[in-house]
Amino acid sequence: MSLWMTIITASVAVLALKLIGYVVPRSFGEHPTVQNASSILTIALLASLVTTQTLGSATGFALDARVVAIVLAGVLLWLRAPFIVVVIAGAASAAVLRATGLMP
Amino acid sequence: MDATTRRTVSMGLGVSLAVSMYGVSFGALSVASGLDVWQTQVLSLLMFSGGSQFAVIGLVAAGASGFSAIASAALLGVRNTLYAVTIAPTVGGGFWRRIVAGHWTIDESTAVSIAQDDVRHKRLGFWITGAGIFVGWNLMTFVGAILGDALGDVRAYGLDAAAAAAFLGLLWPRLSGRDPIAIAVVAAVVTAWALPSLPPGVPVLVAAAVGLVAGLWLKRGRP
Repeated sequence: MSLWMTIITASVAVLALKLIGYVVPRSFGEHPTVQNASSILTIALLASLVTTQTLGSATGFALDARVVAIVLAGVLLWLRAPFIVVVIAGAASAAVLRATGLMP
Repeated sequence: MDATTRRTVSMGLGVSLAVSMYGVSFGALSVASGLDVWQTQVLSLLMFSGGSQFAVIGLVAAGASGFSAIASAALLGVRNTLYAVTIAPTVGGGFWRRIVAGHWTIDESTAVSIAQDDVRHKRLGFWITGAGIFVGWNLMTFVGAILGDALGDVRAYGLDAAAAAAFLGLLWPRLSGRDPIAIAVVAAVVTAWALPSLPPGVPVLVAAAVGLVAGLWLKRGRP
C-alpha cells in the first residue's frame, strides 16, 4: 500500500468515526460497556505507542537515550509541566546524551 | 458580553492556543517519519485528531504495514464517536453544520463544551475551541513540517524521544485511578514483549486487544 493510500484511508476512517456519532442513537453511546471499552482502548493504545516509540528499533528492540528521555517526561508530567515543555525536554535530553556520546 | 460568555471564550481560546503549539512538534516529527509536507498537512486537515495522527506517523516511521497504521488510527478515533454522541444535541441542526461539527469533534472541543453550564455556552465553547484548534493546529503543523524538513538527521535532535514524550503526554491525563494504570502497564508490558518477535505495527494491535480484555475483566460486576 502506498503511503498516500495509508494516509487517505486512515484519515477518512477517523473522520467517518466522528460523523457516525451524529447519526447513531444517543442510547448506544451512553451504554456503560461502550463507554468503558472506548476509554480502555484509548489507554491501552497510547500506552503501547509510548512503549513502541521508546523501545522500538529497526531490529525490534533497543535501549538507548529515549529511555532516559521518557523517564524525564514522566517526572515533568508528574510535576504538572505543560505538554510542550514535556515534548521539548524529551527531545533535548536525548539530543544531549547523544551529542556527548553518553548513550546511543 | 456577560461574564459567563467571556469565561467560555477565554477558556476556548486558551485551550486552542496551547494545543496549537504542539502542532509544531507533530509537523516536525511527521516529516522526520518520512512523510512529505503535503502528506503531513493532509493528516492535520482531514484526520484532525492528534492521537490518531501521531499513531500514523509513529507506525510509518517504525516500518509498519499500512493496515497497522490505519487500524491504530481508527481504534484511537473510536472515542471521538462517543464525544460526537454526547455533544450532538448541543451543536444544533443543519446538514453542513453537523458535518463541520463532526470534523471538529475532538478531545479538547468536547472537554470545553461539557465544562459549560448551559446549552448556549456549551455550543459556544464547542465552536470556539473547534475552530481555534483547527486553524491553529494546521498553521503550526505547516510551520513544524517546514522546520523539520530543514533539520536533517532527526535522531541528533532527539525527535524520536520527543515522539515518545508526546504519547506519554497524551496518555497522562487518562491515568486517574487504579484501573487505567493497570491497563496501561499491561499494554506496555505486552508491547515490550511483542516488539522483538512480531512485525512492526502488530505489537500495538495485540496490546490494544489484550488491554481491552484486561480492562473489561477489571471492570466486571462494577458500575
